[in-house]
Amino acid sequence: MSRLLKFNIFRYNPQDELSEPHMEEFVLEETDSMTLFIALNRIREEQDPSLQFDFCCRAGICGACGMVINGRPGLACHTKTKDLPGEITLLPLPVFKLVGDLSVDTGTWFREMYTRTESWIHTEKEFDPSALEERMDNKEAVAIYELERCVECGCCVAACATARLREDFIGAAGLNRVARFLIDPRDQRTENDYYEIIGNDMGIFGCMGLLACEDVCPKHLPLQNQLGFLRRKMGITSLKRLFKK
Amino acid sequence: MQTIYTDLLVVGAGLAGERAAVEAADAGFSAICLSLVPARRSHSSAAQGGMQASLGNSVMGEGDCPDVHFEDTVKGSDWGCDQEVARLFADTAPIEMRRLAHWGVPWNRVVPGKSIYYKGGKQYEKVEAKEKEGLIMARSFGGTAKWRTCYTSDGTGHAVMCTMDNRCAQAGVEVHDKTEAIALIHDGETCSGVVARCLRTGELITYLSKATMIAAGGFGRIYPNTTNAVICDGGAHTMCVDTGLVPMGNMEAVQFHPTGIVPTDILVTEGCRGDGGTLLDVNEKRFMHEYEPEKAELASRDVVSRWMTHHMREGHGVKSPYGEHLWLDIRHLGEEHITGKLREVYEICTYFLGVNPIHQLIPVRPTQHYSMGGVRTNKDGAAYGLKGLFAAGEAACWDMHGFNRLGGNSLAETVVAGGIVGKKIAEYLQGCETEFKTALINDAVKKQQTRIDDLRTSANGSENVYKVRAAMQDALNKGANIFRTEEGLKECVVSLQDTLVRAKNVGLRSNGKGVNPELAVALKLEGQVRMALMVAYGALMRTESRGSHNREDFPARNDRDWLNRTLAYWKKPDDDLPTLKYEDATEVVEIPPGDRGYGKSEIISADTPKGKDK
Ligand SMILES: Cc1cc2nc3c(=O)[nH]c(=O)nc-3n(C[C@H](O)[C@H](O)[C@H](O)COP(=O)(O)OP(=O)(O)OC[C@H]3O[C@@H](n4cnc5c(N)ncnc54)[C@H](O)[C@@H]3O)c2cc1C
Ligand code: SF4
Ligand code: SF4
Ligand code: FES
Repeated sequence: MSRLLKFNIFRYNPQDELSEPHMEEFVLEETDSMTLFIALNRIREEQDPSLQFDFCCRAGICGACGMVINGRPGLACHTKTKDLPGEITLLPLPVFKLVGDLSVDTGTWFREMYTRTESWIHTEKEFDPSALEERMDNKEAVAIYELERCVECGCCVAACATARLREDFIGAAGLNRVARFLIDPRDQRTENDYYEIIGNDMGIFGCMGLLACEDVCPKHLPLQNQLGFLRRKMGITSLKRLFKK
Repeated sequence: MQTIYTDLLVVGAGLAGERAAVEAADAGFSAICLSLVPARRSHSSAAQGGMQASLGNSVMGEGDCPDVHFEDTVKGSDWGCDQEVARLFADTAPIEMRRLAHWGVPWNRVVPGKSIYYKGGKQYEKVEAKEKEGLIMARSFGGTAKWRTCYTSDGTGHAVMCTMDNRCAQAGVEVHDKTEAIALIHDGETCSGVVARCLRTGELITYLSKATMIAAGGFGRIYPNTTNAVICDGGAHTMCVDTGLVPMGNMEAVQFHPTGIVPTDILVTEGCRGDGGTLLDVNEKRFMHEYEPEKAELASRDVVSRWMTHHMREGHGVKSPYGEHLWLDIRHLGEEHITGKLREVYEICTYFLGVNPIHQLIPVRPTQHYSMGGVRTNKDGAAYGLKGLFAAGEAACWDMHGFNRLGGNSLAETVVAGGIVGKKIAEYLQGCETEFKTALINDAVKKQQTRIDDLRTSANGSENVYKVRAAMQDALNKGANIFRTEEGLKECVVSLQDTLVRAKNVGLRSNGKGVNPELAVALKLEGQVRMALMVAYGALMRTESRGSHNREDFPARNDRDWLNRTLAYWKKPDDDLPTLKYEDATEVVEIPPGDRGYGKSEIISADTPKGKDK
């Protein structure tokens, strides 16, 4: 006989005037290779069809299913029930706006982040369809890709004390985004340009360096290295700016 | 209720949709993309392998050119494609890859000098040329004569999707995520936008547009087992089907992949078998070599999938709470090989199954993978049947894949077709004047509101949405799967017709307030069953085998009678079968039908007089 799993799930539907935030219990029999993706879908199909949560790729690659699983932000689709105790508590990610139950709005948060960091290549060069591609060193390409692996799940933001305190903090994901463009030779922005974006308490100087972000990142991005790299770069830039005045 | 106006409205923010939107925005038009999820979560980002373009930079790609790419594509399609379109595609793909590089994609680049690679389990050496250093690199892929697949490590789709979405932000393309289009607004001649449902509040919104584009990806979720994301449910296709005017092309052409893992049907790469992995049955016995003495596990995708299914039907499948499956065994390859060359597979198995493939067997089964069929368009991407409606990407039947698409050709299609169709849309928008008729719009919204109210109050009945959906998936799975027979397809059609009646009688069990997920499923269910019927009925009528469409009772490819494309219409809401029409597969013939060089070779040629085949 397999385990009976007890799920405590946060419930609240802001669009229903009768709904109040509360925890609700569901019981489900565990099956082989059960993931939270399978479990939550079964609960919805068999017990409560109104239960809200987000999955998309269900393969750990799109970042849709971030939630707080027994106290820790993570991706629900690649969390196996086998690795959890018989009692499982699921909460929506904090910081992001709640849509309902376990579903939050990461899209709006990340869109604001792109706009603030102007997350695209800034260049004067025009594309010439009749020319060969511009050459690039393979090592450089691989290094850029390593930072671009972020799936925007929001786990790092949800785990960050600064992000919980100040709404305008750009978060580890945002700072990582800046680092991605900073090392791209195609982007012609200067360090001063980047300083305008992140050289303040909403940016790199708001980070307290407590490591929570890297700990929870399901893609194992080297966030601490990036934060350190930016802190040094921006520190030097700020000194240079002081002396120029 | 909110009404939003734009020049171009794109339903879908995957690669195809965003590429087209950028083209329109660059030409000075306003463009909005709708998406169920933030753009970067679109299924395009799940593609790892890469995208084909004949750049010919790698030494193994030497001599490659659009002509060779074109030929591979036409053969791959089993001569079911539109050759004019395949030509357009092969010629444009290199330019689009370079454009992506300019926009910021970190393509892997050529590193000069010696390196090793594996083929058929053996080790070989190659030397990349010094003068190509830093140009875009390519890797090998199935069905291609040259190394032609451009990639960024093992996350091509993700990297290209990020860049494209950045480019959208820069070009001022708005992406309205968590927004689901549920009906087209049209007057029988021209499409003027959609009615959508906000997935943040549950409210209805109207989008009015001069041009509307469907770029909503595949519809694998009408099958129970698929590698597709949960959002690939064909909801946007159903809007087109509902018009009664817009046909779907080649719906019976559905691609299956042999090794989806059980239970979640995530893909594990063909590389497992390429490197020497074997398939085992319930008794942990190898079986493929008995069916295919020569190639065994290494026969083509469709062939392996077919024998696996056959073997399970014979009673040799492994029973599990998630249905029957078989085993993939890579244990003999050893730890070093598995955690090195097959790292991806190792991670998927440990993350999702809790199975360590170094010591344990991997549960697998053939799984729906790609929809060749979709909204039928001409070579400019204009949909048949309604003015102002366009389509591109997996959602469209443009049609460069015919009855089977090659790996790496789909992701490339999204940006190539997105670019071409985007340009045509910009031309269409130039000098386009429309009137938005309020009566028409109010009518469309009211109709959707009534549907929602009826579902909420169970006015039509109280069938359970999830059970009806499961019945549809089950019927397709049984009858319109990897191999098909008249008997199985007839049964499938009958049980889908029964499911269609049930789908009309669905009622919600929850209150349906706000973003209610049960309502979202219910709203597209009837349309999905109609699409399922298009698949099954189209397959029943097509009495030949071509590409992924395998009829056991008609094993030959029949160019004499079936060198054509199926067009499926749902003429009237009360119909219980689609209306099928046929058109020539291609008007322009660069390569006349011949042997593909792989798979089965039985062909009834176009010159065979009637009555000469068995
Ligand atoms: C596991 C896997 C691996 C693959 N690997 C490769 C590969 O290596 N190479 C290759 O060439 N191909 C590959 N493919 C195929 C390829 O990834 C897809 O065919 C392609 O990405 C489809 O892109 P698209 O732009 O057409 O649609 P998608 O990227 O699927 O985007 C669809 C968009 O439509 C939106 N949408 C859907 N319905 C609605 C609606 N009703 N209202 C509003 N928005 C809606 C979605 O939110 C999404 O934004 C793979 C496919 C799978 C499943
Ligand atoms: S290190 Fe900085 S960004 Fe990361 S969690 Fe701590 S405060 Fe937040
Ligand atoms: S950096 Fe990691 S944790 Fe943060 S959003 Fe990206 S993938 Fe998620
Ligand atoms: S659903 Fe995509 S990462 Fe979990």
